[in-house]
Amino acid sequence: MSAPGVRFAGSADHAGAPLFSGIALDLVAGGWTCLLGVSGVGKTTILRMIAGLETGATFTGTIEAADRGALEGRVAYMAQSDLLLPWATVRENVTIGARLRGERADMARADRLVAEVGLADHAGRKPHALSGGQRQRVALARTLMEDREIILLDEPFSALDARTRAEMQELAYDLLKGRTVLLVTHDPGEAARLADRIVVMTEARTVEAEPPNTPAPRAFGDPELLQAQARLMTMLRSE
Amino acid sequence: MNRFLGGLFALLIALGLWQAIVSLSDVPRFILPPPALVFETWMANRALLAEHTLVTATEIALGLLIGGALGIATAMALAASEIARVTMRPVLVFTQALPVFALAPILTLWLGFGLGSKIAMAVLIIYFPITSAFFDGLMRTPSGFLDLARTMGASRSSTLWHIRVPAALPALGSGLRLAAVYAPIGAVIGEWVGSSQGLGYLMLLANGRAKTDLMFAALFTLGLLSIALYLAVNWITLAWLRRHTPGA
Ligand SMILES: Nc1ncnc2c1ncn2[C@@H]1O[C@H](COP(=O)(O)OP(=O)(O)OP(=O)(O)O)[C@@H](O)[C@H]1O
Ligand SMILES: [Mg+2]
Repeated sequence: MSAPGVRFAGSADHAGAPLFSGIALDLVAGGWTCLLGVSGVGKTTILRMIAGLETGATFTGTIEAADRGALEGRVAYMAQSDLLLPWATVRENVTIGARLRGERADMARADRLVAEVGLADHAGRKPHALSGGQRQRVALARTLMEDREIILLDEPFSALDARTRAEMQELAYDLLKGRTVLLVTHDPGEAARLADRIVVMTEARTVEAEPPNTPAPRAFGDPELLQAQARLMTMLRSE
Repeated sequence: MNRFLGGLFALLIALGLWQAIVSLSDVPRFILPPPALVFETWMANRALLAEHTLVTATEIALGLLIGGALGIATAMALAASEIARVTMRPVLVFTQALPVFALAPILTLWLGFGLGSKIAMAVLIIYFPITSAFFDGLMRTPSGFLDLARTMGASRSSTLWHIRVPAALPALGSGLRLAAVYAPIGAVIGEWVGSSQGLGYLMLLANGRAKTDLMFAALFTLGLLSIALYLAVNWITLAWLRRHTPGA
């Protein structure tokens, strides 16, 4: 897969009240870009705009794939809440995209993905019988099932315990290899662990922070990671 | 079990009060028959009551089926199409504003003294609650599910079918439970206006002949029928929903 980069540049307002401006966000083609910024600055709004979803805000600027192709149909969006259908089993949730498009779902592929996220034994369960971390893994499998080039992740791991979060980061990194990923996170450690590019946004601009030089996903003790995390933390506090 | 015992207790108290009123005052029997007499009459007229119960039960069941199907179809049409909403909403509100009882004589005129007019009454009385409960459910799909469907490239009709309808089933369940309470009212009013069968008819007949004990017996049978119907619909919808959307 050769996933394209994506450029998001411009400003947005809510009925005349400015939300953000001077934003220039370039997603690494086939890599991970992490977006940080204080709560309410407009990160989710940006993700939804790239995904072509309603935001209630007016946007002026450009949103385009680096290969000039249309974005529609190439983007998968994983929101902070898992959005699993409560009436559907794990397997049905993972294959909902095909059913929604009136296509035949590739059940073998679905089962393989469910197994890859470690839920082979739970494929017939409904979401209420899963833990938060397991539900998040189903949502990840559903996102992968869509097989899109551009993946938007809105704080997908923030509600998980430290150990599950670390496991999910590694799993997601592994399974999303080669895709263009935009990860919104409040956790400098997460950004420093996974990012090829780190972008901090304020309401008036975007600033890049230097990611570690070592290949992702970085080990927790990696001195490069710790330094990047410290740099990022300083930056977040001064912006 | 506790609820059952509580209900039994309340029933016994009511029967005791009833008996007390009858024995302490001298209300004539044709105004208020004592409970024991009603029970005697009830037992003596088992076959007659059963025959009329069957008629009323058929009216209610068919009314529920037809009214349920029409309500479900209307709600889906309203949810699917803006045009349907604009044109049919006023019609729906009008049919609801019109007292359905006022239509009973016309329905009897058009559909005759048989089952048809009673089923139509039951259908009319439950149509609106079912339609509005299901429609509200269809319009309240969690927005995250709709976003998901959108990014997955779903059409409007498949979003309706795979997301909005399943998400609205609990709301439809409440509508059906409400309908189970209303449907007997429609059937009995239909019978009062013109019929030759059914518990409502039997009540009027007994009343006209001053057989108050038989009237009470018919009334109790109607009460039991309604409660049984409600419990059945309640149990079926809840059991089914628990399987469909566990934890909801
Ligand atoms: N319909 C609306 N009208 C006006 N303002 C809105 C509307 N919807 C959202 N907002 C505002 O837009 C801003 C951006 O919201 P957004 O969800 O993008 O923030 P965020 O950066 O993702 O925050 P968080 O980190 O808390 O998730 C918020 O301040 C919010 O109050
Ligand atoms: Mg957000």
